[in-house]
Amino acid sequence: MKDWPLWEVFIRSKQGLNHIHAGSLHAADAEMAIENARDVYTRRNEGISIWVVESKHVKASNPEDQGALFDPADNKIYRHPTFYVLPDELKHM
Amino acid sequence: MKDINIEDQFQAKIDAEIKIEPKDWMPDEYRKTLIRQISQHAHSEIVGMLPEGNWITRAPTLRRKAALLAKIQDEAGHGLYLYSAAETLGVARIDMLNDLHSGKAKYSSIFNYPTLTWADMGTIGWLVDGAAIMNQIPLCRCSYGPYSRAMIRVCKEESFHQRQGYEILLTMMKGTDAQKRMVQDALNRWWWPAISMFGPNDAESPHSKQSMAWKIKRFSNDDLRQKFIDVTAEQAKILGVTIPDPELKWNEERGHYDFGQINWDEFWEVVKGNGPCNRERLEARRQAWEEGAWVREAATVYAEKKARKNQEAA
Repeated sequence: MKDWPLWEVFIRSKQGLNHIHAGSLHAADAEMAIENARDVYTRRNEGISIWVVESKHVKASNPEDQGALFDPADNKIYRHPTFYVLPDELKHM
Repeated sequence: MKDINIEDQFQAKIDAEIKIEPKDWMPDEYRKTLIRQISQHAHSEIVGMLPEGNWITRAPTLRRKAALLAKIQDEAGHGLYLYSAAETLGVARIDMLNDLHSGKAKYSSIFNYPTLTWADMGTIGWLVDGAAIMNQIPLCRCSYGPYSRAMIRVCKEESFHQRQGYEILLTMMKGTDAQKRMVQDALNRWWWPAISMFGPNDAESPHSKQSMAWKIKRFSNDDLRQKFIDVTAEQAKILGVTIPDPELKWNEERGHYDFGQINWDEFWEVVKGNGPCNRERLEARRQAWEEGAWVREAATVYAEKKARKNQEAA
């Protein structure tokens, strides 16, 4: 028999917040994945909305590429508000 | 050159308390140790449902029954979190289940003891969950990210398990003499297996040192056992029961309780498969798996049929 595929589960804990990765589980199809996610990941009101996606569809960046991918942001301090020198008497900016 | 450095880099990350994530490089032995430990932990949660399942239909009140059902359902959930965490290391769920069913994989020996009376439900919550929590709290800081995250979730959910057990015993200790005797009898049977849950003495635990260096493990077996006994001895006083160890005595100088020698021959016999319920537990798991086969197949076929229909409609 074929193994049920693996699904990644994302839960929105309350209205206004993002769906956040909660974990994974096996299920025959998306509908079952949502039902199982309800039982496995929201037994104590942890969620009001569930997304599931088959794990094979997630493309992840490679940890070895971490430097090349993220270094460019390291030396751009002018992207942060503290880079700009302003007088103390200036309020609310 | 790179090969020499990569292991040092890995250890440096661990030393700096940087978590290891699934796609990061890790030594084969680190991966193997984690697969073994996490899958054993998952199996323990799943097999751990059986001794308590024995009492669902005979819980004394609806309140107790609802709590016991919720606790057992949590254990199923904990098993599933842990299987998923192990899968991130590249092992297939089906292989882990096959290893459990064939007897190749181990699970906590405590579940190979029978649950004879309702007081056993209280005692399991108090001692077995208590020991498990003591073991699991340091695992929340384990160096492997997915295991650590699973343990945080488990620990958050598990605190009610121990409290519900202790409450069962407190209630019985306010009852008839027969009920009080039942509690003492349950404690007499579970005490030694419970303190054996922390594993062999440090000197007999060959993998411990490496696991500590990799920060999979944070405290030694003996340290955790001592901590558990210190806490539990005080809880026994509040309950009004006697721990079945004549050598159990507060040691002012050490600031800890002294305690008697664990029967390690019995421990290893149970690990080897010769405990009172080993065969029954494995048989129950195998039977559940086999009798569920048609459900798994039907769901697969139904999912395929639905996918086909959706495609035709599109």
